[in-house]
Amino acid sequence: MLELKDLHVRYGGIHAVQGVNMKVNKGDIVTLIGANGAGKSSIVRSIAGLVRGVSGEMLYTGRDGETINLVGSMPEKIVKKGIALSPEGRRILPHLTVAENLTLGAYSRVDKKAIEEDRQWVYSLFPRLQERHWQKGGTLSGGEQQMLAVGRALMSRPDLLMLDEPSLGLAPILVEEISAIIKALNADGQTILLIEQNAYAALSIANRAYVLEVGAIVLEGSGQGLLHNPQVKEAYLGG
Amino acid sequence: MTSDLFIQNLFNALTVGSLYALIAIGYSMVYGILRFINFAHGDIFMVGAYFIFFAAAHLPWPLAAAVAIGGASLMGIIVDRVAYRPLREAPRISALISAIGVSFLLENLGLVVFTGLPRPAVQPQWMVDPITLGSIRILPLSFLVPAVTAILVLGLLWIVYRTRPGLAMRSISRDIETTRLMGVSIDRIIAMTFGLGSALAAAAGIMWAIRYPQIHPFIGVMPGFKAFIAAVVGGIGSIHGAVLGGVLLGTVEIMAVAFYPSMSGYRDAFAFVLLIVILLFKPTGLMGEKLEDKI
Repeated sequence: MLELKDLHVRYGGIHAVQGVNMKVNKGDIVTLIGANGAGKSSIVRSIAGLVRGVSGEMLYTGRDGETINLVGSMPEKIVKKGIALSPEGRRILPHLTVAENLTLGAYSRVDKKAIEEDRQWVYSLFPRLQERHWQKGGTLSGGEQQMLAVGRALMSRPDLLMLDEPSLGLAPILVEEISAIIKALNADGQTILLIEQNAYAALSIANRAYVLEVGAIVLEGSGQGLLHNPQVKEAYLGG
Repeated sequence: MTSDLFIQNLFNALTVGSLYALIAIGYSMVYGILRFINFAHGDIFMVGAYFIFFAAAHLPWPLAAAVAIGGASLMGIIVDRVAYRPLREAPRISALISAIGVSFLLENLGLVVFTGLPRPAVQPQWMVDPITLGSIRILPLSFLVPAVTAILVLGLLWIVYRTRPGLAMRSISRDIETTRLMGVSIDRIIAMTFGLGSALAAAAGIMWAIRYPQIHPFIGVMPGFKAFIAAVVGGIGSIHGAVLGGVLLGTVEIMAVAFYPSMSGYRDAFAFVLLIVILLFKPTGLMGEKLEDKI
């Protein structure tokens, strides 16, 4: 579905991503782990079209079966092609209500009835959001904001859902809850690219995993494989 | 002051205040999204007044008004496209300087194209024939301007709070990048913002020209400044604040002169005094919100 070939990202003088090759197959959960500053967010932000200074190839095969190179496309076009990003730090709109945040997530779509059905579907995934649908996003707790961020990304009905550190700053019980939702979505056929610092949670649910260090992939394999890899254990799982 | 005179002045205040409010909304909306002051906004007001002057020579008045509003709206969109959009990534001060440049350009273009000769505005007679209510003589215009303003403002609020592009506008004003992630075409929404703001300024220009029927290339300067003050007083970035600030400013100006006729020479100064006083006590304006984000 998505293949990155020799991807480079440069911000001014900083070479943040240095020739990354990655593949996301349809129906998989692929995770990208690595330390803070390794370039994980730069990669997903590039895929979403938010970054300039991207070179290399990002080949994406969308629902229409056509393969295109995403490099240079505007974010709004990429959303229409079926890729959604729930960004790092959640970035919900604090002055809009929960319901409005979700409506915004469906901005690329026109079918009002289908959008409304999907809103109900998101509420069924996250009942807390339904209870609070009239509240301003900024009044939600951190965990609820994260649910809203994921729900909002789902509202575009993406073929590829990218989640950038959904467990950041959440209590362990909420991390588990989010993990369970990610697994359930995937069981329904949702392709997911998951970025995490919390390597254990990510690796245990991923089909395929990549380890990023200072802008380059240093390891790749199945989620379970990397979970038991001594190198990964030492560097990311606390020995 | 007699109560009759007071009521007449009240309508006067409401009329002038409505016009300030209509212009102020454009400053506020653009600031809310792009965080810069569109100093050319007052000149769009002038363009609107000229457009109706020429359109009314060939068309029935209501149609001419529609053409003038549409034309000025388009003008606002073109100004954004040519002078501001290329500077989106540049420091904000660049867009500000560009706005000042556009303002001078429009004024001097006005001088070249329309000449500096004041033109008499077309006044539909029924709007300026005073009507007598008991002992009060009042221009129908004094009812009309606040009523039209109210309708336009309600229409705008409907767009901003009840439609998808309106939702996108409110979203952009807080977080441009995230709004793009949602699939919103930022440039289109910004163009729409300029179009709406300019349409309201043109509507104000048309009504202003009926009340003060002399059109020249610099008529936008002072109302533009005043409306900018109104927007800041109300809390720039807020539509409600712009309306409140406009009406407040109009009231202060008219009433101060009404109660102290000897001060009439200082009329323009009241606006600036009001600005300073309000900012001393409430730096974000009356309805301005402090931006606080939960982390």
